[in-house]
Amino acid sequence: MFDFLQGYDVLGAFWMTVKLTVLSALGSLVWGTLLAAMRVSPVPLMRGFGTVYVNIVRNIPLTVIIVFTSLGLADIFGMTLGAADDFKAQGFRLAILGLVAYHAAFVCEALRSGINTVPLGQAEAARAIGLSFSQTLRLVVLPQAFRAVIGPLANVLIALTKNTTVASAIGVAEAAYLMKSMIENEAQTLLIGAVFAFGFVVLTLPTGLVLGWLGKRLAVKR
Amino acid sequence: MSSVLYDTPGPSAKRRNAVLSAVFVVLFALALWWVWQKMDDKGQLKWSLWQPFTTSEAWTTYLLPGLGNTLKAAALSMVIALPLGAFFGIARMSDHRWVRGTAGVVVEFFRSIPVLLLMLFANEFYARSTGVTTEDRPLYAVVTGLVLYNASVLAEVVRAGILALPRGQTEAAYAIGLRKGQTMTSILLPQAVTAMLPAIVSQLVVIVKDTALGGVMIGYTELLNSRSTLAANYANVIPSFIVVAVVYIVVNLILTSFASWLEGRLRRSKRGTGAVLTEDTVEVNPAAVGGGFGTGAGGASV
Repeated sequence: MFDFLQGYDVLGAFWMTVKLTVLSALGSLVWGTLLAAMRVSPVPLMRGFGTVYVNIVRNIPLTVIIVFTSLGLADIFGMTLGAADDFKAQGFRLAILGLVAYHAAFVCEALRSGINTVPLGQAEAARAIGLSFSQTLRLVVLPQAFRAVIGPLANVLIALTKNTTVASAIGVAEAAYLMKSMIENEAQTLLIGAVFAFGFVVLTLPTGLVLGWLGKRLAVKR
Repeated sequence: MSSVLYDTPGPSAKRRNAVLSAVFVVLFALALWWVWQKMDDKGQLKWSLWQPFTTSEAWTTYLLPGLGNTLKAAALSMVIALPLGAFFGIARMSDHRWVRGTAGVVVEFFRSIPVLLLMLFANEFYARSTGVTTEDRPLYAVVTGLVLYNASVLAEVVRAGILALPRGQTEAAYAIGLRKGQTMTSILLPQAVTAMLPAIVSQLVVIVKDTALGGVMIGYTELLNSRSTLAANYANVIPSFIVVAVVYIVVNLILTSFASWLEGRLRRSKRGTGAVLTEDTVEVNPAAVGGGFGTGAGGASV
């Protein structure tokens, strides 16, 4: 029944999806944290930059960004990210760049909403008992903010996992790319669809359940 | 301004902020200058590349028809997905376990697989098993993919909207002798739909963005797809990308500000229960969805 799978590297394609997800998740966490720091900083210019970045990037389709990295950054500006002669590696790195640029905006918003859940009184009380700025941040504000942010960040991670399929638009050989060629060449359309759908359910459902449970368990009860 | 992170700045903090601002401005200006130089190097600032966008031809032949198709697919998807989503959302709150369970499995399944997979599958399915013409097929496939995904997202929105209503609404309806179906259709749904409007409009932004996938992967002639025809004609890759991105941003900003205008209006209005649902209350706060299986795969608004 599953002999149509022969000759296709389905596991390899999903491994590519996982690699894209993990690397982009790390990248967007770093860049998103920086953006969030800017958006809540006391410097108005940085706040402005953060706001403008988030509002621009959130409103452009991810597909536009990913296609632009390939047709614009690589082809016109020659930004090959150190893989000029290896087309595959170049597409992979460009896709990660695009995914990070896009999802960092959502990570930033999730983190900011987490900081906003901490009541002002917490920080005021911390200052009143004489804690310094860094102590207030380390001991009072951020621990509460991080716990509130697990759920929203999990949602971004799940969306990121699903959005890695957009990388197939620039020829990265991940799951959707393989599915496109398989579904065109093999007869068992429904079975192929089911196999790939199952793969994504396996990737996203546990993430959602585990992180959702963790988020609920660790949430600060107010 | 005092916030949870820092107090109203005193003299030394003001000085530090000024220094930080200056450093930031310098870094930002350097980055801008570098981008400008790069653009200039590759000749992307030449007026001849930008000039087409001041003529009506580029807009009427390429961009506006593309935008029209984008909006057409988005509107169709929303119109079809909304009743379907309402159906599954209500089914998930059924008193019968098997109805509840089936609806739950369907919703969680379609929420956890990428839209692109759904579109590719629908495209192939229409090609093999139906008589949809080749010209119509991309639109059908895009709309099918978007409907399946967004109906399941909207199902959660509907469920959250109904659960956000005060319990007294249901109890009062039962007390005056309405049946379950009547309570749902004439008491709960009308109020929930009003409360859900901002979340629904926000979802429209997601749909508009996702139509771009159909342009690249299955050849639906929407905005991004028309961009490549346009760029092939005028040889202006970078300017065309920038213009198309601006069009997307404008459309989505209009939708977003409409959503927040609606939200503000609903919050201020005296009528209704005051329950307002935004994308945040649905996604960020799992408690609003009523827990249980509802915290599975999500990430709707990304």
